[in-house]
Amino acid sequence: MQIGFQLINLFAAILLLLAFAMLAQRRVVSLISLFAAQGLVLAMSTAVVAYTTGQPHLYQSTALTLLLKVFFLPWLLRRLVRKLDVRWEFEGLINVSTTMLIGIVLVVFSFNLAVPISQLASTVTRSTLGIAMACIMLSFLMMITRRKAIPQVIGFLSMENGLFFAATSATYGMPMVVELGIALDVLVGMLILGVFFFQIREQFDSLDLTHLEQLKEHDGEAR
Amino acid sequence: MIEIILVLALPVTGAAVLALVGHRACAPLVNIVASLCTLVAAAALTIRVVENGPLLALGNQFLVDPFNVFLVALTAFVGFTTAVFSRPYMAIEEQHGRLNPARLRLYHSMFQLFNFTMLLALLTNNVGILWVAMEAATLTTVLLVSLYRTPASLEAAWKYFILCGVGIAQALFGTILLYFAAEKLLGAGGGALLWTELNAVRANLEPTVLSLAFVFLLVGYGTKVGLVPLHNWLPDAHAEGPTPVSAVLSGLLLNVALYAVVRCKILVDGALPGAFARNLMIGFGLLSVVVASFLLSRQKDIKRLFAYSSIEHMGIITFAFGIGGPIANFAGLLHMTVHSLTKSAIFFAAGHAAQKAGTQIMDDIRGLITISPVVGWGLAIGALAILGMPPFGVFASEFLILTSAMREQPWATPFLLIALGVAFAAIFSRVQPMVFGETTAARLPVRPAMMPVFVHLSLVLMLGLWIPPFLADWYRSAAKLIG
Repeated sequence: MQIGFQLINLFAAILLLLAFAMLAQRRVVSLISLFAAQGLVLAMSTAVVAYTTGQPHLYQSTALTLLLKVFFLPWLLRRLVRKLDVRWEFEGLINVSTTMLIGIVLVVFSFNLAVPISQLASTVTRSTLGIAMACIMLSFLMMITRRKAIPQVIGFLSMENGLFFAATSATYGMPMVVELGIALDVLVGMLILGVFFFQIREQFDSLDLTHLEQLKEHDGEAR
Repeated sequence: MIEIILVLALPVTGAAVLALVGHRACAPLVNIVASLCTLVAAAALTIRVVENGPLLALGNQFLVDPFNVFLVALTAFVGFTTAVFSRPYMAIEEQHGRLNPARLRLYHSMFQLFNFTMLLALLTNNVGILWVAMEAATLTTVLLVSLYRTPASLEAAWKYFILCGVGIAQALFGTILLYFAAEKLLGAGGGALLWTELNAVRANLEPTVLSLAFVFLLVGYGTKVGLVPLHNWLPDAHAEGPTPVSAVLSGLLLNVALYAVVRCKILVDGALPGAFARNLMIGFGLLSVVVASFLLSRQKDIKRLFAYSSIEHMGIITFAFGIGGPIANFAGLLHMTVHSLTKSAIFFAAGHAAQKAGTQIMDDIRGLITISPVVGWGLAIGALAILGMPPFGVFASEFLILTSAMREQPWATPFLLIALGVAFAAIFSRVQPMVFGETTAARLPVRPAMMPVFVHLSLVLMLGLWIPPFLADWYRSAAKLIG
């Protein structure tokens, strides 16, 4: 049992590390690999939680995570990148070191926010709740600081990973029907986004979101 | 029981049929028929609930009580009238070359799916499924907002997707926290997310966790309600999407998102001794009313104008539920109903007005009354109704909200009154020249579908003069439930 808890903590630490790596990564193909790795670590930690606590429905979530987040979504993203021919290395709005510093502040904040909740939790995984919240915050930061469409979407998906991890550490996962629903939403959402990328690309000839700032500038004035 | 299955199955079937057969000449008709069948099923469900009282069905997974039954009927009704309206409207858009058959196929099937997600969100007893349905509602409408594929509409759709996606992720975290608190009392598994079970033990739920959960839930679902400062997506999505989509976004989606907030508020009110959830809702509501009404006067685009007006009215309703008590809740429920009816009617009229003028810029829309009296009168009456002129229903509900605000939260009344005045000046000064000004525009080739507009407006008029006893009873018992 003890080794199980150690493993869960180890996986949680790796997840946090991966979240930082994603924040720093500027190449879109590597970003997808990091996202897949995050999914894999998430699946492994869910499996360990399932084994140590004897929660059979968590094995189903593990399988769901593996299929969706390790195989299908990264495959779909890679395909999109190939079809859309996105090769560029890209610049964020803020440089890497500043982003990292903001990230560290966010982690401290999340750990503080998680303290009252994890004190109430009765799960063995409660110590990882802070890390789950930190992952959510870091993905959020990633979405804010990126200007291109695909990295923003990866940020969005990795936020969903963080939420999933939070659900596992606070409550051993949501009821199965809800988890299936969430997985379905993520899946459909990605497919729709795939279509949407092509539309943006067709219209602007690029996936740079700076093209998508007309409405804000003209809000209430020129329009 | 069978009614619930029908209400949910009919839109899905409609969507499947419309997606599979593709766009034919009969597709708009199929869309209308599917919506009509849903409306009939919803009416049957309503009658059943009127006769037998609240209903729990299919292993407690579905709940129909006074709070959601009238919203189900309203949703099915507005869905139907919008389908009726969209038939000639989309035909004109196709003639103008803004749409092609492939996009109309997408539009029709997604419209039905959107109706399904709204009804599922309303009928489910599971707070987790409620979240799933709200997210699915975003997904079904995001491609509809970008239906014209113009740069502006793509931008609006992207903003809508990302902002609502992030917002709704906060709501998921709130739901996880809610489950976390409930699981201790109800045990793990599906039961701990059922709203009826949660409501039964709400006094024993852990207050710290629940207050944190409510903040996330309010911010999350509040993004979809369009509460300031989370409203950025709303005017863009309303202005750039096709008009029937603006009408259902304003008339249905905002209501259902607010319904989700209020369901959560009921639980939090039971768990927390103070008025934490109420104060938050009063704050967000008042801020939305004030900010939106001041932004109204800066708008140039007719659909943006009425989108900001939706933010204002959602603020008013949130504020009313924040005050709480039988009268304010009653007024909030009534306002949800009349706003939904009036605002969709206005969007119908505004859509035709924009088609006639060939632009959505209000300075270029003039003299509707001479080009097409029905559209002109529809817009004028709709605008007067939404501005709270007696004897329309909006006046009745706003009056009730203002009087309960004076009694419960007197400090808020001046803000509300000023905001309502500013909104009146902004909208009236815009609508008046559009309706009565001079024009040179030509007539439209296809007759506009103004029937839904006048049906909606006469219902609003009726609700202002006389509320049917069964409806008043629902409002009262729902108001008691909300507390």
